[in-house]
Amino acid sequence: MNVAPLGLAAAPLAAGVPAQRVPVSAGQLLTASRLAWENGGRLIGLWGSDERDRHRGFCIRVALEDRDGLTVLEHTLPDANAHYPDLTSIFPAADRMQRATYDLLGIAAESDDQRPWLWMASWPIDQFPLRRDFVPSPVWEPGQEEYDFVKVEGDGVHEIPVGPVHAGIIEPGHFRFQIVGEKVLRLEERLGYAHKGIEKRFETLPILDAGRLAGRVSGDSTVAYAWAYAQAVECLARAVPPPRASWLRALCLERERLANHLGDLGAIGNDGGLAFGLAQFSRLREDVLRENAAAFGHRLLMDVVVPGGVARDLAWEHVHRMHDEADRIGREIVALRDIYDEHAGLQDRFRNCGRIAPELAARLGLVGLAGRASGRAHDLRCDFPCAPYDVLSVRIASETEGDVWARVAVRFDEVLETLRLIAVITAALLDPATSGDSCVTLGTIPPDRLATGYIEGWRGPVLVALESAADGMIRRCHPQDPSWCNWPAIEHAIIGNIVPDFPLINKSFNLSYSGHDL
Amino acid sequence: MYQTLRRIVRIGIKTEDAPAPATEDVVVARLQERILRTLGRALTIRHVDAGSCNACELEAQALSNPYYNLEGLGIRHVASPRHADALMVTGPVSKHMAIALKRTYDAMPDPKLVIAVGECACTGGIFANSYATLGPLSNVLPIDVAIPGCPPSPTALLQGILAAITNPARPLHADPRSPVD
Repeated sequence: MNVAPLGLAAAPLAAGVPAQRVPVSAGQLLTASRLAWENGGRLIGLWGSDERDRHRGFCIRVALEDRDGLTVLEHTLPDANAHYPDLTSIFPAADRMQRATYDLLGIAAESDDQRPWLWMASWPIDQFPLRRDFVPSPVWEPGQEEYDFVKVEGDGVHEIPVGPVHAGIIEPGHFRFQIVGEKVLRLEERLGYAHKGIEKRFETLPILDAGRLAGRVSGDSTVAYAWAYAQAVECLARAVPPPRASWLRALCLERERLANHLGDLGAIGNDGGLAFGLAQFSRLREDVLRENAAAFGHRLLMDVVVPGGVARDLAWEHVHRMHDEADRIGREIVALRDIYDEHAGLQDRFRNCGRIAPELAARLGLVGLAGRASGRAHDLRCDFPCAPYDVLSVRIASETEGDVWARVAVRFDEVLETLRLIAVITAALLDPATSGDSCVTLGTIPPDRLATGYIEGWRGPVLVALESAADGMIRRCHPQDPSWCNWPAIEHAIIGNIVPDFPLINKSFNLSYSGHDL
Repeated sequence: MYQTLRRIVRIGIKTEDAPAPATEDVVVARLQERILRTLGRALTIRHVDAGSCNACELEAQALSNPYYNLEGLGIRHVASPRHADALMVTGPVSKHMAIALKRTYDAMPDPKLVIAVGECACTGGIFANSYATLGPLSNVLPIDVAIPGCPPSPTALLQGILAAITNPARPLHADPRSPVD
């Protein structure tokens, strides 16, 4: 985004994609956000940090992505009593990000919705964990909050609370339904149950060790997070990983995408009543995970991607096996897709269920897989490809129906494309041209540098903003899960659908709770 | 329908069975037989995610895939704690889940087992020293079995479930020689 017309000065930002940082005043924060929106930009993240130790009050950062790359707007608040402008009217997803920033830092937006988001009475309401002078006390017992859910009044309107403990083996979250009969009038989410204090934990870790924590923000996206973190570290260190590392990282990222899509296709089929789908797809997913374990030593590929490269290289027999496996799985998926497409009962559940029209998706700022199913064709692997994606020509998958069917179709297309990519990557890994080191040692990282890593995880773009402190420690690390942008959309997708379709709709999005709650 | 049936017949039954050469599959097969011998009735499990990163959940879900076929062993996941014999907990017990977790445990009728799954539930893991977590599950509930791993493989989970129903009286750890990742 060109900010010069607004009279703003942009500085380059070290990142995995073209990026700039722009200091803004309160008014400029609004005008720059509006400019980004008018140019097709979308909100990726919003977070704050305590800069009082550097006599700079508090800093609010807003990350926006458009066709030019990432723009991080930086706004300084002189103290905690100052407020910053509410961005919700431009970017609806900003609402929860602003509320979470208040819960963690005590700096508020000028917004009507001042309800807590990540605070649930587990620490005193006037204490703010991400402030540098925050001291936790063992006497703080977990409390019970009274949360102001919006109620719908009317004849025959009932309220159903669901969660945080859910029926199946899934993450915790609360969903408050307002219903008439079976039809959902309104859904309100309450998240934050998996809040572990990750951002505070980062500040206790050395930069070069914290990749382990980054990879456990959301276990199903461990490779995407680990790569985004590694990218940020390499930017801070002004280092470039060796080419072989990039190929191996892409292989891991695509295998993560493959495993998750296979699991989802089975689970979504199951939620639509076709247990056969769950059996077949979970079998294929298990095959992929067992190959991961044999090849990389970990079924989910945790701790494989590290700052500097990858932790271990891949033996050529595993490269061969993965190459052949891609072919075999591809043929099975094509057959299963035909079965799904021809299954009248399943299609009856999928079609027009949980629909987010493209206009609404644009308004809400949907990102990632769910966005692509509603016409928002953005994918970092295509838009801002980092090595080796710059030579892979990834085909983007996109639909416009925005219903469960569309999110399933995008997964099928992406899984077939991922298998093609795995075949190309494994062929490249067997080429002598890509032999060499799989990791480079990083030198000392100077303090007070800011960098961001940005990687297209399987559900959407994962952002990791990293600021270095003295002695190789982390001053501030903010991981931004794409789920922040997409969780509010489910509240819209469910309207007019029946309650039993909620698990199906929810699963078709499959957003991260832990990645969101931090 | 024809294509579906044809695929089912073509793929066949994938549930693993003993005996087989010394690979991960063998451990699973032995576990299946021992579980079947030990269980006089089906075991029902209620899982609670107490702030996990969701990796342990993925492996717990894998127990229902055709290879491990948990239901074929007579072990089911149940939605209501009233129906549950065992409580399986993942995560470092985030403070925000503490009340829901305790309520779930209290709602389970006796006799009941508690299984701590994963590094975080066993030791607090990488999230141990946090203002937002209560640490290992043993800080909150009495546990019968601790299954370490980040995450534990489905095989290790099966071993742990077996350990829970063969000797619930004292805390046990899953076989360290098993191929846990």
